[in-house]
Amino acid sequence: MTSITLNIAHQTHIVKTHMARRLSEVLRDDLKLKSVKIGCDAGDCGACTVLIDGAQHCACLVPAGQADGRKIETLETSEPQLFARLQDSFLDHGAAQCGICTPGMMMAATELLRAVPSPDQAQVKEALAGVLCRCTGYHKIIAAVMDANSQTTVCPPPKAGHAVGQPIRRLDGQAKVNGTEVFGADFIPDGTLLVRAIRAQHYHADFEFGDLLAWIKMHAGVECVITAADIAGINCYGVIPPFADQPALAEKTTRYRGEPVALVVGDPKALEALGLDDFPISWTPRPHSLTQADGAGPDATLLHDHRQENTLIRGNVVSGAPDSAMVEAAHVVTGQFETSYVEHAYIEPEAGVAWMEADVLCIQACTQAPVMDLEDTAKVLGLPLNKVRIIPSAAGGGFGAKLDVTLQPLLGLAVLKTGMPCSMVFSRSESMQASTKRHPGSMQASIGADAAGKVMAMTFHGDFNTGAYASWGPTVATRVPVHASGPYLTPNYRATSRAVHTNGPTSGAFRGFGVPQAAITQESLYDDLAQKCGIDRLEFRRINALRDGDVTPCGQTLQAVGIIDCLDALKPHWDEFHAEVTAFNTTSLAHKRGIGIASCWYGCGNTGLPNPSTVRFGITPDGQFNLHQGATDIGQGSNTVIAQIAADALGVQVGMINLVGPDTAITPDCGKTSASRQTFITGRAAEASGLALRAAILRLTNLTHADEITLEGGMLCVRQDQNDQKISLKDLPADANGYVLCAEETYDPPTTTLDENGQGTPYAVYGYGAQIAEVEVDMALGTTKVLRMIAAHDVGRAINPQLAEGQIEGGIAQGLGLALMEEYLPGETENLHNYLIPTIGDMPHITSILIEIPDTEGPMGAKGLGEHVLIPTAPAILNGIHHATGARVTKVPALPHRLLAAIKASQT
Amino acid sequence: MTVINSYLRPFALEHALEELAAGSLRIAAGCTDLFPSTEHKQLQGSILDITRIKSLRGISDTDDGIRIGATTTWTDLIKADLPPACRGLQLAAQKVGALQIQNRGTIAGNLCNASPAADGVPPLLTLDAKVELQSKGGTRVVPLHDFIIGPRKTVLAETELITALLIPKSSLTGHSHFLKLGARAYLVISIAMTSARLVVRNGVVVEAALAIGSCGPVATRVPQVEAQMIGKAVDPVVITDDLVATAIDPIADMRANAAYRAISAAELLRRTVLELAMDLEAAT
Ligand SMILES: Cc1cc2nc3c(=O)[nH]c(=O)nc-3n(C[C@H](O)[C@H](O)[C@H](O)COP(=O)(O)OP(=O)(O)OC[C@H]3O[C@@H](n4cnc5c(N)ncnc54)[C@H](O)[C@@H]3O)c2cc1C
Ligand code: FES
Ligand code: FES
Repeated sequence: MTSITLNIAHQTHIVKTHMARRLSEVLRDDLKLKSVKIGCDAGDCGACTVLIDGAQHCACLVPAGQADGRKIETLETSEPQLFARLQDSFLDHGAAQCGICTPGMMMAATELLRAVPSPDQAQVKEALAGVLCRCTGYHKIIAAVMDANSQTTVCPPPKAGHAVGQPIRRLDGQAKVNGTEVFGADFIPDGTLLVRAIRAQHYHADFEFGDLLAWIKMHAGVECVITAADIAGINCYGVIPPFADQPALAEKTTRYRGEPVALVVGDPKALEALGLDDFPISWTPRPHSLTQADGAGPDATLLHDHRQENTLIRGNVVSGAPDSAMVEAAHVVTGQFETSYVEHAYIEPEAGVAWMEADVLCIQACTQAPVMDLEDTAKVLGLPLNKVRIIPSAAGGGFGAKLDVTLQPLLGLAVLKTGMPCSMVFSRSESMQASTKRHPGSMQASIGADAAGKVMAMTFHGDFNTGAYASWGPTVATRVPVHASGPYLTPNYRATSRAVHTNGPTSGAFRGFGVPQAAITQESLYDDLAQKCGIDRLEFRRINALRDGDVTPCGQTLQAVGIIDCLDALKPHWDEFHAEVTAFNTTSLAHKRGIGIASCWYGCGNTGLPNPSTVRFGITPDGQFNLHQGATDIGQGSNTVIAQIAADALGVQVGMINLVGPDTAITPDCGKTSASRQTFITGRAAEASGLALRAAILRLTNLTHADEITLEGGMLCVRQDQNDQKISLKDLPADANGYVLCAEETYDPPTTTLDENGQGTPYAVYGYGAQIAEVEVDMALGTTKVLRMIAAHDVGRAINPQLAEGQIEGGIAQGLGLALMEEYLPGETENLHNYLIPTIGDMPHITSILIEIPDTEGPMGAKGLGEHVLIPTAPAILNGIHHATGARVTKVPALPHRLLAAIKASQT
Repeated sequence: MTVINSYLRPFALEHALEELAAGSLRIAAGCTDLFPSTEHKQLQGSILDITRIKSLRGISDTDDGIRIGATTTWTDLIKADLPPACRGLQLAAQKVGALQIQNRGTIAGNLCNASPAADGVPPLLTLDAKVELQSKGGTRVVPLHDFIIGPRKTVLAETELITALLIPKSSLTGHSHFLKLGARAYLVISIAMTSARLVVRNGVVVEAALAIGSCGPVATRVPQVEAQMIGKAVDPVVITDDLVATAIDPIADMRANAAYRAISAAELLRRTVLELAMDLEAAT
């Protein structure tokens, strides 16, 4: 160890460290500058960007020795005035969603803004190109940087009762823009032990341990090794209990590459330095399958003995007489489509810390589903539910993969065994190996229409690669048949699905649960069918779009259907784009442009199963309005949206609300952040509790209604027609939670389970959308650039239009990745160098159009949006490619070599 | 057992060479390849950090041509005032990763890492660059095409380090260009990249240096194609798919299959020459 001198904020810091250590570690560990985020330790994500002598560097690539004597700037320590402006601009523009990329973005922006106070878009893109964002789609970030130095007009906060519909700043935004947000890896108390996992590097293998005790003795600093033998509870978890099949630590056999078999716990510094290559374990590889075709094939080894043909589950929805209707159809199209494994690639790898508080195990980690974490962790550890507490940290993105427990049971095992606080931080490759993926799908479908272009029948089958364990495979298998028709009236319908086990990574939840894959199939075929019918592609969709009173393939009669409105909103753009593209193509040979369109519908909440949310809203004797907001905010904005709804229901200014987070010890269960359910379901519970609290207040005042509820010096003031009533809060008795006034309301959407033909009411609320994409294809290289997208989404009621737009832009970024570049190959793309997600330079121009067709079931009319936004993007792009080139890409991503092959094939 | 690894950061080249002669050390420059190769929080092994040796960084004119110091970064290259023959190299530098990588990554590191996709190699090949290697025992100069002998393989000896790249005066003539093909806009490893330097006199190509990268174990010049260009007006049509295919040996990987690489390399090379023709026109 030697010392280095760092010049930070005009102060000299002498730090004792090894010269070869990453500067990012020195800054985070020794200097506690936690705004420096670690997303990859490889220069790929830019989350660790700092300024060294004014120039941006990835701190993870800088050996401490090279920082010696230099000026280092981080978000916490840089120029306060510029930062205040930049932070304001980020908040005003909604440029931080989860916030994990925000510090890096801001540092890169700082270098630019010093040289160019009012940069243009191209300059911002160049300067920020090295920082990845998985949430926002970059648009709002670019706008925030461009406007950082311009005068902004500050909007007054919305009046009481008028927060809904306003683009207010995120209520949890300040910490995200000033670097103080605490993500999974940011809170690790001194004295915490480190946990590292030993993972399988084979796809399928048996294993045996050697002499573990001898190995421990040989390695100073290692406290213990934990294996499945240490598990006191049931070593079998899973998000859907009847299908639970996943061991926390494998016993005898591993089923996928990256599966954990043992934990090593010890002193952080010593353990971090260990290679672990000499860990005593011997492997005997077994035959494996990686694709759904191989997994379901006759020669495949069964992954789970009781699941014949490696089939986890099948799903189906049947209505009418699809086969005879297809025969009668004037035009029929048929096609086969394939999608790849897609990685969530949130910038924050899984991380957390756990400790004992008396006899309660506390786990603070990033998650999307705290109560489910609690249940699975308690089950594995053999603890009663009331002995485990889950404290969600801020999550640096999730998109579905942080619904499954990842490190929670592992941390629990380590704490129980050592009695010490323990932390675990996945490396990027560990995160990519161990986390769930989007299901690869092999789908075929036929769609038939009558001579007038009315769809008469559709048949669909999809085999989905569900990987080694069940995870959300059953959800995908049920959601897909329900949604495979798209938002179109399809009187005769048969859609079937199968989730097939393979030795690939476990497929789980990823924005849309299989529906984006199915939409690629259906929307591509709709284009072909429109062409066969000789009808404009948008018009064809309009002819077939669901309308109020129409019946879905599940037999559900719909109301508040917004798809026509979305298509109509796109129509002028569609016409304008067409004219422009036609003009372009007459003069351009090497590049061809095309326009594509696709729609979506998506049911909000669990499919035909209960999924309640409970919201507690209480007032303390000293006048705090505590909203127990149990919907984990992984960047999508529930902390703000739910508060807006609750504030308006109660009738107070949203700024008066104090958010209490989804800590399982203090906040009731709002279920998981998935299935686009939080705005709708938790929103309804929040609305109900706001209204109930208001009613309770009115009861105390004997007033019939209130124009205004405010707080003045510990007194609750209720005004009705100039008549003030005051309630002295401290004179009221407090309940067990310490509230003098409190409401707790639960909402569970009215759905029914589906029968053997998939008939029933799977969802109470659906959201709708349609997008058009303008693409430009390089005809000789097969590369695609998406130039513009217009997205029209029926959100019922835009509770916060800015957050809704942010969801759309972020969803489009992920849809673009799905269409053009993202393909996870186990063993090959286990880092962000080889696994490509869109950068700031890959985004098209985006126009969002919010349509509001209120749903009577939704809170203030609102519907869900989070997943809908991604569904139309990939098919719209693929349809644009087809329009431009005549080539139909049937396997995504449309990598240049695939597209060029398709172009060549279409020309012969 | 934890081994205590040393971290040396000498100011003087002689000192560095002595240390190299004494024991097995890993040379560290920008660390943009070294750090991603480990998941540890610290560089592994004993390190010789050469970034404090001032004489190794920077670009200078010499009697024989241009000397590019080993630790010259991509950003240094981009900002340097260089003759048009080096434009391809500067364009390549702009295409490396993003600013953070350009601020750290060095030209010698790029060569030593010897990735088939190293963006610096094709433009340097068209400049007939030579690698200056020094050890305690002395100096040797190796042509770049003999320096990289395979993927991740060079002729660098354990006791040597690259001190500079030398571009001979004879190759600083003409104009050059570079194009890179990848699956996204920034931070992308090349599927293929091409570089071209042409000397045109009286409307006729008198010298042609063309190179293709990421389409074989090492980037390579394509003499068959070059020969076709000599004595004619600048015209990309002589660069046929077939001709290019005979000159390279592309691999298939997750980024592209081999057939695509061959076709796209030919197309990219044609476009590089076309761009160059436009540059030349603008220059006259
Ligand atoms: C996110 C990211 C994106 C990237 N994008 C690109 C890209 O687009 N194109 C591209 O070509 N590369 C890219 N790279 C790779 C890398 O940045 C370059 O290869 C860079 O030039 C390496 O230089 P360095 O100084 O950082 O090398 P280092 O990591 O310091 O060293 C690399 C190797 O060279 C040896 N070495 C370094 N200097 C010397 C010397 N003078 N003498 C002898 N041996 C030496 C080291 O021992 C080591 O083996 C990228 C890297 C990252 C992390
Ligand atoms: S953590 Fe440094 S670039 Fe990702
Ligand atoms: S806000 Fe950028 S990664 Fe989440």
